[in-house]
Amino acid sequence: MMAVSTPQREAEVAQDALHAPDDRGRRERGFEFGLLIATAVAVVVLAVLLIDIAIDGLPFINSTRFTEYSSRFPEEFGFRSGITGTLSLMILVGLLSFVIGVGGATYLEEFAPNNRFTRFVEANTSNLAGVPSVVYGLLGAGVFVFFFSLGRSLIVGAITLSLLILPVIIVASREALRAVPNALREAGLGLGATPLQTIGRQILPQALPGILTGTILALSRAIGETAPILVVGALFSRRSDNVPWDIDDAFSALPIQVFDLVKRPQAAFQEQVAPAGIIILLVLLLLMNSIAIYLRNRYSRSS
Amino acid sequence: MDQQTAAASSVDIDRTSTMTRGEHARQSRPLDSELARQAGAGPAVREDAEVVFDLDDVTVKYGSFPAIRDVTMQIRERMITALIGPSGCGKTTLLRCFNRMNDLIPSASVEGTIRYKGADLYASGVDPVEVRRRIGMVFQKPNPFPKSIRENILFGPRVTGMEFDADEIVERSLKGAALWDEVSGKLDDSALGLSGGQQQRLCIARATAVEPDTILMDEPCSALDPIATGAIEDLMRALREDYTIVIVTHNMQQAARACDMTAFITTEVAQDEQGHDRRSGRLIEFDRTEVIFGDPNDQRTEDYISGRFG
Repeated sequence: MMAVSTPQREAEVAQDALHAPDDRGRRERGFEFGLLIATAVAVVVLAVLLIDIAIDGLPFINSTRFTEYSSRFPEEFGFRSGITGTLSLMILVGLLSFVIGVGGATYLEEFAPNNRFTRFVEANTSNLAGVPSVVYGLLGAGVFVFFFSLGRSLIVGAITLSLLILPVIIVASREALRAVPNALREAGLGLGATPLQTIGRQILPQALPGILTGTILALSRAIGETAPILVVGALFSRRSDNVPWDIDDAFSALPIQVFDLVKRPQAAFQEQVAPAGIIILLVLLLLMNSIAIYLRNRYSRSS
Repeated sequence: MDQQTAAASSVDIDRTSTMTRGEHARQSRPLDSELARQAGAGPAVREDAEVVFDLDDVTVKYGSFPAIRDVTMQIRERMITALIGPSGCGKTTLLRCFNRMNDLIPSASVEGTIRYKGADLYASGVDPVEVRRRIGMVFQKPNPFPKSIRENILFGPRVTGMEFDADEIVERSLKGAALWDEVSGKLDDSALGLSGGQQQRLCIARATAVEPDTILMDEPCSALDPIATGAIEDLMRALREDYTIVIVTHNMQQAARACDMTAFITTEVAQDEQGHDRRSGRLIEFDRTEVIFGDPNDQRTEDYISGRFG
């Protein structure tokens, strides 16, 4: 089999040895294709949904939808109270959940002693992230609306949604804090900074981009939620605006209004006004995410 | 992981000790004398210098087992004191007790007394933050904050609440660390853009900015090339005018070249409560550097000094 061994022949053998076995390429490509399909399923379904809603809703978006309150007539229906309600909720939920969530995460990650109680809290924080949102709604209704007699108010909606996303923010913030190298903590402490100074001035700023990412995702989820605020008494229709500082005011929100519209008997509400409302909600979410991503990038750059 | 490094270092020792003494002597004599010659180059050790760290029977435990035990030594003012020894012998552990950095490890505990200028560092009521303001630290890997060079220098003075002129302290610290000429034009650039050696000198500058009395260095050159190492050693000699320096190093030439006093620490096998063999560090010999490298009193010191290079 072995022909006369010449340098040229040896080089050919060496060349062949560097080629992949025949079936390897096929297997690799097959697997890659499978992964592509998995990605496509997610993206295509989302795209179909968005296109469908855009086709249904876009023709019915006009200035009335923004300037008018809810109405019995589809052509006069506006989402003004829902938009102001959702914006107010966003601001309140953002403030509440960010402050409490980052505070809790910082305590657990940087200060808490490693004992049974801490581990119990940690395990339950993760479990809470899996509790159905309607349960938070029932909690909000039971504790805040009735026990604390806060009524069906904006602040109750905000607290309920904040509680819903707190576990997610805490888990994300802890991951972000953990990713900051220990060397930086030692650097700060070694210079005579207190733990609080080290964490406040060096560690948290480093973790901020990661914390903001988690907060943005959680906030987006909260804003789209219907069930919890439905249970705590958000209004289907309301004929005045919400502002974040009127926290004891009654409130409405976009997802609630869309929910109301799709169960109205008239086809025009279900097929024209509801999709328009969904588009407005999506645009609000995108706007909020853009602002948050802009903030995050600014912080990442400065560090 | 500690156990692994301890095990790895024991291999080194075993290999060294299986060589015959004769081999040692033959192989290592030229290098020995070379190191001794370098060691003699430094200025004379002042025997009357004030004691900065006074260690009495210090044992540091992780959990129930000592990482290093029964250390009694006195470290004197304005000298460079080196701690040398195989990996896992507890040098770094001991160093981190000097400014209570070991407090950050929940399982670590210190027995015996460590006095700093007469004051017990581990007495109740001692605030580690106050300790660290007086005893600065430079770490093995350069760890500048991911901020500008200026911000790195100013962090310490700001958090310690000292009165300072920002431009003056930045310039003075960077000049003290022999970094000023290289970075004076880009003080607002990120410190992460500097080379490894420059970053480490920035860390030294940052440590001096809070005007400590003492600077601890934990293998400050282990991540640096020989040129950067030389720069740091020059810097250490210059800093000795104003500071007491304690340095952990794996590089024995560095100890011989740059340090006034040298402590040799090694691992010994001892048994824990369950009767398992565990390794823990012991201080073998502490003397002037030229004695340690030229004419050590303990055979183990000589084995280590020569074995590494023999």
